[in-house]
Amino acid sequence: MDLPPYATTGQRVWFYTFRVICGLIFFFLIAPIVVIMPLSFSSQDFFTFTPEMLAFEAEGYSLKHYKDLMTSPDWQKAMSNSIKIAPMATIISVSLGTLAAIGLSQSHVPFRRAIMAILISPMIVPLIISAAGMYFFYSRIGLQGTYLGVVLAHAALGIPFVIITVTATLVGFDKSLTRAAANMGASPVRTFFKVQMPLILPGVISGGLFAFITSFDEVVVVLFVGSAGQKTLPWQMFTGLREQISPTILAVATILVVISIGLLTVVELLRRRSERLRGLSPG
Amino acid sequence: MPTASDDGFVVFDRVQKSYDGETLVVKDLNLSIAKGEFLTMLGPSGSGKTTCLMMLAGFETATHGDILLDGKPINNIPPHKRGIGMVFQNYALFPHMTVAENLAFPLEVRKIGKSDRDAKVKRALDMVQMGAFGGRRPAQLSGGQQQRIALARALVFEPELVLMDEPLGALDKQLREHMQFEITRLAHELGITTVYVTHDQTEALTMSDNVAVFDDGRIQQLAPPDELYEAPQNSFVAQFIGENNTLEGTIKEIKGTEALVTLDGGEIIVAKPVNVSKPGERTRVSIRPERVEYNKDRLHADAHTLKAEVLEFIYMGDIFRTRLRVAGNDNFVIKTRNAPDQRRLTPGETIEIGWLPEDCRALDA
Repeated sequence: MDLPPYATTGQRVWFYTFRVICGLIFFFLIAPIVVIMPLSFSSQDFFTFTPEMLAFEAEGYSLKHYKDLMTSPDWQKAMSNSIKIAPMATIISVSLGTLAAIGLSQSHVPFRRAIMAILISPMIVPLIISAAGMYFFYSRIGLQGTYLGVVLAHAALGIPFVIITVTATLVGFDKSLTRAAANMGASPVRTFFKVQMPLILPGVISGGLFAFITSFDEVVVVLFVGSAGQKTLPWQMFTGLREQISPTILAVATILVVISIGLLTVVELLRRRSERLRGLSPG
Repeated sequence: MPTASDDGFVVFDRVQKSYDGETLVVKDLNLSIAKGEFLTMLGPSGSGKTTCLMMLAGFETATHGDILLDGKPINNIPPHKRGIGMVFQNYALFPHMTVAENLAFPLEVRKIGKSDRDAKVKRALDMVQMGAFGGRRPAQLSGGQQQRIALARALVFEPELVLMDEPLGALDKQLREHMQFEITRLAHELGITTVYVTHDQTEALTMSDNVAVFDDGRIQQLAPPDELYEAPQNSFVAQFIGENNTLEGTIKEIKGTEALVTLDGGEIIVAKPVNVSKPGERTRVSIRPERVEYNKDRLHADAHTLKAEVLEFIYMGDIFRTRLRVAGNDNFVIKTRNAPDQRRLTPGETIEIGWLPEDCRALDA
């Protein structure tokens, strides 16, 4: 957007001030994340920029923290836990969340608003409260300190994301398509997988990615529901920060940031694809 | 009370439908459709015609009564096991599949082998002159082309019964007329039974073997198009189908096939009693605009005439449309063919109009 030729002095001043403000906000949001990336390649064991690093000398940088991450049994265990727990929690979130969204989009379901509110609540209730509640509940039924317990807890946190994204896709879904499929002889299950699922897939996948990131980044609930055996990456980072301030954490953080950016890119690409498909839908 | 005959291919037997348990959307529907028949359900919106179609397709359940297909009740058969083809109002083509995949879908469901499937898809596409479009996606087609694909998809698995829910509503006039012709041609060539829902009376008249006029959840009249137009059974049908002139009055006397009606202006005319029974009853007399004659030479010698004042004369090319004031009614319209010997009327002049008694029907008020 350019300044129109008739802009007054006041408008000109505001035009540039506005850009400066936007830049500052952007800096405020991004700087803390960006600054850890070069630090994770530091050859020192401190959280500081050494003079060598600032001078861009090769000896100032190293991959030792990444090497440490790959060799330390603590980090290895945490990584394998996260990689086990997050996909399982995601699968449960996606299956249950998608079914819930489809069910709640039917107009004849009674109390659908109330049910929706309850299912969405893990997103709204402060995490520490959910976590404490789950701790007491899971202890009673023997799930506390088990993989299954952590997976279920993370699935509960991920379901709201799936419900919201899938419900949003269903708004644009033409119900006469399922009727047409039934009319042509397709059973409800076949109709779901062949007609409805392909069309709401972008919503399902982006919901799944959010659920995955939630589980992958989550520390509070796992601290309560899990035990040392289920220590995940964020948990290991948390202890790492408290006990030994090692730049290995920065290496992990960098990796997590890269993964998150990758996943968000996928979400954005899917959103565009879905928009294109919607534009394509007839009528 | 045995109502709809049992020999029909599709039979609605005392069917009722209510969505909320209080008001009936369909009230006591009895209808029998013969094999190979093209039946149109015609009516204003909210008359229950679409609900009937949905009950036949299985997307709505009848609150009361039976629906029979080929002699078997289908109330408890889910939609996907009924084997009925359907063309939807918005076509309902699957946007994520190509045209050929759309057509192959019902065949895949029926586990028909690949080569057989391809042959059937090709035949169906050729049938609607869309053979070259198999690889396109629905969004890459125009409305008329999508319509053809929807039609081909409903026919590709060779159903014996095809339902159409206002399939031409979204098309422009010219394309609509063309498709009307195409659909009737295909339906007759393939010998399929068709139930067609529309609110467009021209469509109903030009396409159907029989038309069921719906209003207020009931069939007001079920008849072939010509009978429906020329011999409406009640004033709703007379008003709904085609253009119609109405004169209000009271029955004076009924003698066999003739009734004397005292119009509200005091004039007495002869009409054919249709659904009026006794003197003193209020009636609406219905006369089609093209059955009214003002040329003295063409009127019967004993024809009954009324005085009329010309209010407006509209030249429409093939016909003249003239608005008259007759017996206090300012909206009495007559249509006359633009023939060489036809006199053009001028507003303000007073003429004598007349008609045959059988064209003048005394209906319910």
